Amino acid sequence: METLYSVTVGILTACSVFLILRGRSFPVVVGITMLSYAVNLFLFSTGRLTIDGAPILGTNDSYADPLPQALVLTAIVIGFAMTAYSIILAVRTRGEVGTDEVSDTDSDAEGKR
Amino acid sequence: MLQQHLAILPILIPLFTALLQLLPWGSRPQPKRRAIGLIASILTLVSTVFLLIDVNQQEMLVYLLGNWEAPFGIVLMVDRLSALMMLLTAVLALPVLVYGCYAEDNLGSHFQALFQFQIMGIMGAFATGDIFNLFVFFEVLLISSYALMMHGGGKFRVRATLHYVLLNLLGSALFLISIGTLYGVTGTLNMADMAVKIQSLSGDEAILAKAGSLMLLIVFGLKAAILPLHFWLPQAYSTTTGVVAALFAIMTKVGVYSIIRVYSLIFGADANELALVAHDWLWVMGLLTLLAGAIGILAARDLRLMVAYLVVISVGTLVAAYSLSSTATTGATLFYLVHSTFITAALFLLADLMAYERGKTASRIVSGKKMANHSTYATFFLIGAIAIIGLPPLSGFVSKLMILESAAANGHNFWLWAAIIGATFIMLVAVTRAGSKMIWHTLSGKPSEHSAPLGKRLALASLLSLSLLITLFAQPIRDYTDATAEQLRDVDSYPYHVLPKAGGNNE
Repeated sequence: METLYSVTVGILTACSVFLILRGRSFPVVVGITMLSYAVNLFLFSTGRLTIDGAPILGTNDSYADPLPQALVLTAIVIGFAMTAYSIILAVRTRGEVGTDEVSDTDSDAEGKR
Repeated sequence: MLQQHLAILPILIPLFTALLQLLPWGSRPQPKRRAIGLIASILTLVSTVFLLIDVNQQEMLVYLLGNWEAPFGIVLMVDRLSALMMLLTAVLALPVLVYGCYAEDNLGSHFQALFQFQIMGIMGAFATGDIFNLFVFFEVLLISSYALMMHGGGKFRVRATLHYVLLNLLGSALFLISIGTLYGVTGTLNMADMAVKIQSLSGDEAILAKAGSLMLLIVFGLKAAILPLHFWLPQAYSTTTGVVAALFAIMTKVGVYSIIRVYSLIFGADANELALVAHDWLWVMGLLTLLAGAIGILAARDLRLMVAYLVVISVGTLVAAYSLSSTATTGATLFYLVHSTFITAALFLLADLMAYERGKTASRIVSGKKMANHSTYATFFLIGAIAIIGLPPLSGFVSKLMILESAAANGHNFWLWAAIIGATFIMLVAVTRAGSKMIWHTLSGKPSEHSAPLGKRLALASLLSLSLLITLFAQPIRDYTDATAEQLRDVDSYPYHVLPKAGGNNE
């Protein structure tokens, strides 16, 4: 189980890093969304993976750590809001600048407000 | 009653103010929102002053949220460093808000509320004693900063914001990964508790914790704009409005604060296998950041861009001096931190005012029309330049002297001396050139008809006068920062105060 889990997280992270290194805003935003999934899975696993364990001490031999789940919940909420914001921002940049290239193509930007 | 909850007041006041400001206030809401914001900023300032006095007497205030005991619940842990940073934020916020109230807040919607949320996030990041809570407050301050950076709109600003947002989202993801790694190894999120647990790590677990701690360094380095993660800063700070840039003068300091907090407390000198894990990196990167800032300031063709690079230089100085990890240098570094925050903020406001009065040439470093309040700005520029470069008699000189003097006891001092004095010389050249070009070489003809409101100039003057105050009261401030450095060094006192089983009382 641990191997499968870590390979999943690893592949997700690798794909997201690849997407983030693209030059256009849409793949970058998708990459960041994917990275936040990978991070959530990773955070979930930091309390060690247990099956059939209640998050209460003393009821069972194996118990689950409830804290990472709380962390993941917080991370999901924040990540979701940020994804929505970055998509809106990317769309607006596309509208105002006229291109979805992330890089600075016009170097004369310096000095103008 | 109030005394007991003093630690959380600087977070709660901005929060409720922002919520209050979001209410629909009739047909002309802005004056009411401004009044609420100003009153709240004064209240925040008063509460942080009391907090500082209190912490100075009792060493540390620990506030248990929801009265859950320390390693299990979230704590606010206000030590001398936190109290100093919170006071710094509150003192900076007031003149910046006054400046913003002169129609700057009409450029976009909800400036006032976003401003307060931003203050809340910064205060929370300074106050918290829980590393996941630090992440949450980082998000609070980042989310409001995303919106503030867009304030006013426009092509270049939106693009700079997109870069800023994407970079910081990546930073947040890394932050979570490193927190997860550290939690997986130590089983705690409380910083004081983590400091205890880290000491007993060895072997594989120590290596994992090291990976987590260095990933944290990337995150904080991104916030603080340390080389090679500083490339976002000049563009972001020079395209946003002056008032937002002035407020953001504290944002890089949040990164520096987090570095000092985490690498003094959790990965400090007592952390056995992980002792001072980041200090060699900080030393090299700090010096290179200084160099990069110096090159940037020489190349800048715009006053705002130049001030942005001055921020980079100040971060480099702070990080390099802090990495020497002696008590004396840390004290001097904190003194420099206070000084540089105010002066860079003042220079951003000055650049904004000059850009407004110069009209078409804006803040580009070229000769332009005579400004309506030419002599006032010339004086302000002179004071600001003297302070930031570090010429006598203002605070820049005092603080740089302190850093150099305290570094002299350390083996590495040659490089620090060379870097700081070299950067000072380059700053002297670049800032003087900008000043003579923009203030002396004016085009003949009528002066500009745009005159900035008196209140804006007064807000700027009050920020600049803080430099004078820092110089006059250098001794008490230095005593306080030295006491702060002592406290940071005494890592054992944190678990003692925060954790009940280690003997602390949490009443």
